[in-house]
Amino acid sequence: MKSSVITFPGSNCDRDMHVALKKFGFNNKMVWHDDNELPKSDLVVLPGGFSYGDYLRCGSMASKSKIMQSVINFANSGGLVLGICNGFQILVETGLVPGVLLRNKYLEFICKNVFIKVDNKNNPYFKNLDKEILEFHIAHNEGNYFCTSDQLKQIEDNNQIAIYYSNKSGKIEDQFNPNGSLNNIAGIFNKEKNVLGMMPHPERMIDKSLSGEDGSLFFKNLINNIK
Amino acid sequence: MKVSAIITLKKDVLDPQGKVIQQALDGMGFKDVNEVRQGKYFEIDVKEDDPKKSRKIVEDMCNKLLANLVIEDYKIIEIQ
Repeated sequence: MKSSVITFPGSNCDRDMHVALKKFGFNNKMVWHDDNELPKSDLVVLPGGFSYGDYLRCGSMASKSKIMQSVINFANSGGLVLGICNGFQILVETGLVPGVLLRNKYLEFICKNVFIKVDNKNNPYFKNLDKEILEFHIAHNEGNYFCTSDQLKQIEDNNQIAIYYSNKSGKIEDQFNPNGSLNNIAGIFNKEKNVLGMMPHPERMIDKSLSGEDGSLFFKNLINNIK
Repeated sequence: MKVSAIITLKKDVLDPQGKVIQQALDGMGFKDVNEVRQGKYFEIDVKEDDPKKSRKIVEDMCNKLLANLVIEDYKIIEIQ
């Protein structure tokens, strides 16, 4: 299985993602933002970080970079595109997934482990996953998901909400919402479910001795689903 | 021509920075404040001498990059 991780100026989770993808069997290539063409890929990942120093709005400049036209074409032809953290912010700025990510409600940079509840398994990312509640890491300043009420109705009608912030037992309540996200939304799909944007970092949860292994479950399951 | 544009958050979008600024103002003794909303201001010098065309160019920029229309509105406030 072939994957590509796009590196933008200011990306800083690109190497971690490369390590994670390789560990679980992907033949991964790093792709520079200024390239025109994507290598042949089964999965494209937009990694976390601070692309273009978060100038203007997080992800806005990266969404207009050269490689993104190929990524958009790849997504529109059904290719799997996963955006993590800043990658999620880039995805919303391209319009591949609806909504925006505002500054965290209490204006703090949040860096901690959270539990997320997988809401929708009818897609290539979470299909066949044994667990529904995962412990992932978040580290962001702008993760406060927002969309208009019309958009919310649309994404609910199309089952586009992928994951919610929850507690250990999967309760989705305001007190477990770290950043003020609308309805505790932590990640969403496009309508076709081949594009997934989420704030939590599965690539930071792939080693038992360092953090946890729920990210390992995610990647193992993902590559099995793609095979 | 020089075109000035301001970008503001839409009315129903929460502006936590504006809120904090308001609280700080309140603490400093500015008690007559109903609300503070923070925005962005751009001055763009375009290679175009016609005001109408200059406005069009900057509007296009606002639609495509400078503003995110899900949460923001823009307004061209000056062309000179």
